[in-house]
This record gives sequence, C-alpha cells and structure tokens, in this order.
Amino acid sequence: MGKQATRVMVNGKSYARVVDARLTLADFLRHELNLTGTHLGCEHGVCGACTVLVDGRTARSCLMFAVQANGCAVTTVEGLAPDGQLSVLQQAFIDNHGLQCGFCTPGMLMTLTELLGDTPEPSEQDVREALTGNLCRCTGYAGIVAAALDAAQRLRGTVAKPGSP
Amino acid sequence: MGAKHFGARVTRLEDPALLAGRGRFVDDVKLPGLLHACFVRSPHAHAKLRGCDARAALIMPGVHAVMTADDLPEPMRDTPLPLLLPNPALNVPRTQTALARGEVCYVGQAVAVVVADTRYIAEDAAAALVVHYEVLPAVADCRAAAEDGGPGAHSDLTTNVASTFSLAYGDTDAAFADAAHVFREELWQHRGGGMAIETRAVLAHHEPVSDLLTVWSGTQTPHIGRRMLADLIGRDLQSIRVIAPDVGGGFGPKAIFYPEEAVIPAAALKLGRPVKWIEDRREHFLCATQERDQYWDVAIAVDGEAKILGVRGRMLHDTGAYVPWGIVMPYIAASTVPGPYVVPSYRLETVVVLTNKVPTTPVRGAGRPQAVFAMERLIDRVARELKIDRTEVRRRNLIQPEQMPYEVGLMFRDGKPLVYDSGDYPRGQDKALALAGYDDFRERQEAALEQGRFIGIGLANYVEGTGLGPFEGVTVRVLPSGKVAVATGATSQGQGTRTTLSQIVAEEVGCRLDDVVMTVGDTAAISQGIGAFASRQAVNAGSSAHVAGQAVRQQLIALAARALGVQETDIDLEDGVATAQRGNKPSIAFGDLARLAQGIPGVSLPAGQSAGIEHTAYYTPTQAAYCSGTHVAEVQVDAMTGGVKVLRYTVAHDSGRVINPLIVDGQVQGGVAHGIGNALLEWMQYDANAQPLTTSFADYMLPMATDVPTCAIAHVETVNPLNPLGVKGAGEGGTIPAPAAIVAAVEDALSPFGVRFAEMPLTPERIVATLRAAGAYDRLFAG
Ligand code: FES
Ligand code: FES
Repeated sequence: MGKQATRVMVNGKSYARVVDARLTLADFLRHELNLTGTHLGCEHGVCGACTVLVDGRTARSCLMFAVQANGCAVTTVEGLAPDGQLSVLQQAFIDNHGLQCGFCTPGMLMTLTELLGDTPEPSEQDVREALTGNLCRCTGYAGIVAAALDAAQRLRGTVAKPGSP
Repeated sequence: MGAKHFGARVTRLEDPALLAGRGRFVDDVKLPGLLHACFVRSPHAHAKLRGCDARAALIMPGVHAVMTADDLPEPMRDTPLPLLLPNPALNVPRTQTALARGEVCYVGQAVAVVVADTRYIAEDAAAALVVHYEVLPAVADCRAAAEDGGPGAHSDLTTNVASTFSLAYGDTDAAFADAAHVFREELWQHRGGGMAIETRAVLAHHEPVSDLLTVWSGTQTPHIGRRMLADLIGRDLQSIRVIAPDVGGGFGPKAIFYPEEAVIPAAALKLGRPVKWIEDRREHFLCATQERDQYWDVAIAVDGEAKILGVRGRMLHDTGAYVPWGIVMPYIAASTVPGPYVVPSYRLETVVVLTNKVPTTPVRGAGRPQAVFAMERLIDRVARELKIDRTEVRRRNLIQPEQMPYEVGLMFRDGKPLVYDSGDYPRGQDKALALAGYDDFRERQEAALEQGRFIGIGLANYVEGTGLGPFEGVTVRVLPSGKVAVATGATSQGQGTRTTLSQIVAEEVGCRLDDVVMTVGDTAAISQGIGAFASRQAVNAGSSAHVAGQAVRQQLIALAARALGVQETDIDLEDGVATAQRGNKPSIAFGDLARLAQGIPGVSLPAGQSAGIEHTAYYTPTQAAYCSGTHVAEVQVDAMTGGVKVLRYTVAHDSGRVINPLIVDGQVQGGVAHGIGNALLEWMQYDANAQPLTTSFADYMLPMATDVPTCAIAHVETVNPLNPLGVKGAGEGGTIPAPAAIVAAVEDALSPFGVRFAEMPLTPERIVATLRAAGAYDRLFAG
C-alpha cells in the first residue's frame, strides 16, 4: 500500500505523519491523532457529521484523504474550545437544547461556525439552508436553528451573555 | 413535592462534553492491540450456502482470522438468537443464527467475519473471500407471499404466514348491519428505518487475569444483551460486562440483540485481542432492523350523526425473514386503532408474513403511526361524506374525561387490559386547534388560492401506551465526598436520561444537580436492567429514582438527627447539607453523614441504622401509561412538482407531569421530524427479488433542516394516577400521528381537484400521478 508523508496543522498544532495514501482525513483525525470529536455517520458525503474546516472552509473529512490535507490548516470541534471555555455558539447549543445524542453536533458546529463567520446576521432561512448538508435524526433541528440565531445575536453584541448584567 | 428541580427547564448535564468533542462513543474507545472486524454478507435475498474459500483472504498481510459459523463457540454455532418476545399466536418463531448456517434469507445476512489489523485491510480481505451460493427464489411482496403455493422465504417452510391473530370486542357484524353509513379504505403504509446518525458498533475485550469479558455496544438494552450473550457463549453473567457508552441515537432498532453483538465477543475470546466492529451506513440499510410495509383494508360504521358504531378490517404485515421481537409491532398496531375514540365494536384480523428482507422490529412509534393513520383516514372520510367538519366528527366521538379510567375492551401488549389511566382528549384537541389558528384557516386558504398557492390543513389524534414494564432500577448512594451516586439500567441515546434522573434524585435527596454522579447503560453498575424502548424510562426509571431518593432522604434525616442531637422532624436537607431548624441551626454535610454511615470497624451500629446511605428501587408498573395528543399540520403543495412544504406544525400533548419541559419539547420536535420523514420522504425500497434499492442517504431521504418547521407545542398535563411521579412517556408521541395529519393536509390543499390519498410516504411522484389521473393538469393549464 502506498505510503506518503503528510504534514497537517490541526487546531494550531503541526503534525507530521507517514500515512497510507488511502487513509481518509476523518480516520486520520480520529485514529492517528485521537481527535475523536469528528464523527462518521455515512462515509458517503451526505450526513455532514464529519465536517471540519480545511483552511477555513467546511469540508467533509470522510470524502478527503489525509494526504490531500498536506500543508493545510484543519480545525476540528476540539479546536472550537481550546482552553476548555465553550465558544459562544457552543454555549448557545446548551441554552437552546441544540443537541440530543450529540453525534451530529460536531459537524453542526463546524458548519455554523463557517456560516456565522460569513454571515454575521443570518436569517432563519439562511441558517436552515446552511444546515441542509448536516443531518440530525434527534432534534428536528429547531434547537439547532435557535442556537445559531441566538449565537449570531450574542456575537453581534446585541444581547448580553447570560450572567452578565 | 418541592419544585426546585422537578419540572424546571434545566439545561442538560450531558451537553458540555458532547459539545467539546469529548463524547465517548464506541468508536472512540481505544485499547492496546485492538483489531478490526468486517462482516461478509449475503448479496442474495435467498440462497443456499455451498461453502466458502478463505485462502486468498487469509494470506493477506495483516489478516488475523476469518470465521464462519463453524468457527463460533458452542452453543452459538448452531443456536438461533433468542426470541425476545414469544407469543402463542406466533406459529413460526424463527430467529437467525449469529452467522448463517446452510441458508441465507435476506440481503446482508452475516455469513463470515474477517478480523485484521485495520478496518481497511479487513474490508480488502472480506472482498477476497469467496462464498459459493445456490440462489433460491426470493419472496419480496408480502401480499403474494401470504397466498399458498408460492416460494417460501425459508426453504423448509410450507407457508410464509408466521402468525394470524385477531383482536376484537363487541358485535361488529350487528354494528355494520345496522349502520346508517359504512365507509371502507384500502391503505398502503410504509415506515423506514431508525437511521440513527451513529451506526451500530461493538467492541469486545477479554481480560484474562480477571476473566472478564467487556463489551462496549451502541445498544439501547445492555442488560438484555448481556443475558443473551451469556447464553450464547456459555458464560456466567458475572463474567460479562456490557457497557452502552454515549450512543448516537437509538429510535428502536438498537434495542435488538444482533448477530454482531455475539460474533465480535466470540472473535475477541478466540484471538485473545480486543476486536471492534463499526457498522457502515450501507450495512445499516441492509442489516439493522426496520419497520416497512403494512397493507390495511378497513371499514368504519357510523350512525346518521357520525357517531362511530364499529371498525373492522384486515391488516397484512411484512415482517421480514425472522421475528426477533415476535409479533409485537403488528400487535401494537392492532390494539392502537380505537385510540381516543369511543368505538363500540372492533375487529381486526392481522396476518404476519415472512419475506426475504431484513427483519422488522419497532422503530419510533412501533406500529402506532400505522394504526393512527388508518383510524384518522377513516374519520376524515366520514367527515367528507357526511359534510361535517373533521374536528366536529372527532369531537362527537372522543372519549370524555369523566369516562376515565376508560376500558377499551382489548388486551394491550403488556399483557394487561387496555385501560386508559387518565387524559382529557377534547381539551387536547381544542388547545391544538386554537394554537394552529384552525378557525381562520379557510380564510388563509382562500387568500392563498387567489395567489395560486395550494395550502391545506390536517389533524390527527392519538393515544399511546408508554412506560411499559417489567421494571427499571435505580440505586442512589451518598458518597463520602458528598456526591450522590446514581446507577440505573436505563440507557441514553440522546433522551437526556442523566439530566432527568438527576433532577428527580436532587429533588428528593436535597442535593445540587451538579453533585449527582450518574452511571447509565453499564451492567456493572446495577444488577438488573431492561433499557430504552416504548417511551418507558421516565415512567420506570423515573419512578425508581423517586422511590430510591425518598429512602435515601429518610436515611440522611435519621443519621443527621442522631449526629446533631435533634428530632428527625427538625432536619432540613438542602444543597447537600442537613441542617437542624432550631437553636443555632447546627448542620452537617452529606459527605460527613456518609462517613458516619460507614461505622467504626468492630463497633456495632446504632439500632435501626443500616450500612452506608444507599437504596435500590425497582419500580414495576402495573400497566402501561397512556399518553395522548393532537397534531395539526399546515402544508403547501406545489401542484406542478408534487413537492410538499410543511408550513406550520402544532402539537398539543399530554405526557402527564413534565419533569423537564426543555427535554420533553425536544422529544416532541424530534419525533415530529421523524413523522415528517415517514409521511413524505422515507421509503426503504426493494426490487422484485428483494434486493434493497435504497442503501445510501442519497437514495433514502431523511428530513433536512429545510423540511421541518419549529413546532408550536402545548402541554395538557393530566396526572397519571398509577405512578408516584404522575408521568407518562414522551419519546414517540411526536412521530405517531404526524403522517396522518400531514397526508390529510395534502389532501385538503389539493381539494380543488378532489384527489384522495391512502398511503404513506406520500412522495412527489405519487402526488403528481394522482393529480394527472384526476385531470388536474388539464384544468391548471386551461386555467
Ligand atoms: S460521514 Fe462524512 S458526510 Fe457523512
Ligand atoms: S443530536 Fe442526535 S443526530 Fe443530532
């Protein structure tokens, strides 16, 4: 099996590994780097559970080989709360019951992180359309949509964070 | 009861770890020396096995073993997996063996397993395995299969009818003979799979020093799984520990004990290394149990005032190749039909038919969505024919609150008479209609029609038996650290079990929510357990948590009174501290009480004190808890494409007292999404040779964020008198009436064309074909 040297920056840390050419980016993250927050729900590019950011844009890590990420910067769910402090979006998921089993959640967070970066003032329709690439079987999406809109508002500073005056 | 935690909109204790990517699902468990398994599965729906050549696979580097049925331990090798729910009406109690012997009876049935260093290598080797099959005729359509003389789904069977049974009460013949009107409907109903986003997963590890076999499994029922595994590999229960860690959704299919849950532990024992198998999505479509097709032929008899006199008919259920859960689903369907209505006479003949498809077992709703669809379609028909509003026909027939407890006249699947414990169905319907703006809908509809938009409204009522027994247990124990440890056989696949049980325990014991340390889904934590299905955990585990919490509260009070030298009635428990409400209010922390309760080595305990502060309760419900509700769907239909958009969705539901509205509303919303999938999208298709055609999320549609509106939800809380918390289940009610309400709404939207629908899912193709047959396009283009 062809092996290839790969250097990837993941959540701000640089990793150099020699990997099978056919190893997917998802398996590389999960099993080589032990970053198991990225999940696999279909391995055929529909469910979005495996979504990560590659050079700042969302990508399906099940449809990418690790070697294709050579020289790239990858952000996974573990990179959203590096110092253990949940991000505004993550906190909004708690407050709006945006998750049940939590399996789709990492992918949801990555997709919405991209959306909120691109569109600080999204409409409900914007959020729903952005989420069409992520399936959730548990929540019926209501809490996720509410969390995204809530987070957008908090990030724009129009609503105080809970606890602050 | 105080209301500090119970009933509060508490955010979930589960969330922070899951949000940070620190969940622990089976595939996240890493063990040294771990090997990976891939199953070799039948590509044929029906075939004889004629040998297998593993030579090419075995010489591949990194391959450790190829196992077929012959390589399995006794008695697993030849013993069919246990039938979990036997029933005297089941004539063919057939289940599969862990790996196929002699014959395969559905596409995807496991024939062999390959174990290798990596999953990649295991998949390569599985592809290199040569299995010889002699293909047999396959049984694909349950209607044909029910007739005599066709091919058998199993070559040794002379009939494909696994069971026929009839549920009945009252004199239907007389009712139909005397009725002013009789209306008959033929319905095709299909439900797909559970489709949890995490697929199934098993990891087994045998540790020789303690001789303990540990199995991590993405299951809803770890205690049941342990029992089945123990029987199949001939080990003691004590030497097996089954852990259901974080599980990414269940919805029914993960309540089953599967072949893989037996084979992976067998492989780990044989190889002396931990072995893991993670189901891929295609396997999930092929081998995880589904619900699938039912054909209903039902009729309703009413008097001149639209009062129901009787319902009768026949139902055909495609059960697939085996019956691991017996006939529970068609049975539940048959007993759910009368629902919230006064139905004086009833008879349903049910025929359960074997086919060469993956077995069916309950998926969220478990036969109830089909029953509600049948009944609600009949009532809509009555309303249309007698020109009475649909809500009024229902109102005239709903069971009134003063008729509670209401005896239907049937036996439910819990073995007890079907008796609704409590409920206020008319209030539920009124609440839902008000919230949905039903009264001014006709104006909205006319306005839309003027703009060329077809919108419609539909409603459906249901009653659901939840909280089924036999029991669930909870242990509550106060630790020397002051924390309160809670262990239960209940499990969690996203329902917030931790949070809900913590609320109940914290309320009873008088501690902070954060101080509850919970173990769910681990057979090592509590000796007996059942698990998650039938919306049973809030009732069963919730009641046990309440009883155990009360007992521990008593123990804490007694110990604190003795330690502080006051009367027990003086003691108050709050935030983990016992305080005497007199004098200068001396207090003692729970942790110190736990230490006192350990006693002093060699010294007798004071009279009446037992060891430690702990109690285990196993609540055993006397019967099911019947929740109920009304759903109202408002949809827009694109007549040109057949596309349906759900514009507005309203739910009024009664799940008894609500422990946590955040979680209950989440269950309802998620259930509705599943119901929208069933109504409009999800269809597991097979061809004439029983080959599955929809085996990816590109072919089998799950609802997306743009398909599911945020529901308006109203609670009708009638207290269940039969359990100490007054609760009823809430996990499936969101799904059950959704297809009935949505299909009715589509029909209403297209009422200008007079089309009728009698099926779910209602796909765009069907809508367009029906409109075309009704000449709708001639009119649309002419207009
Ligand atoms: S796992 Fe990558 S899209 Fe589903
Ligand atoms: S929370 Fe379970 S799949 Fe989304």
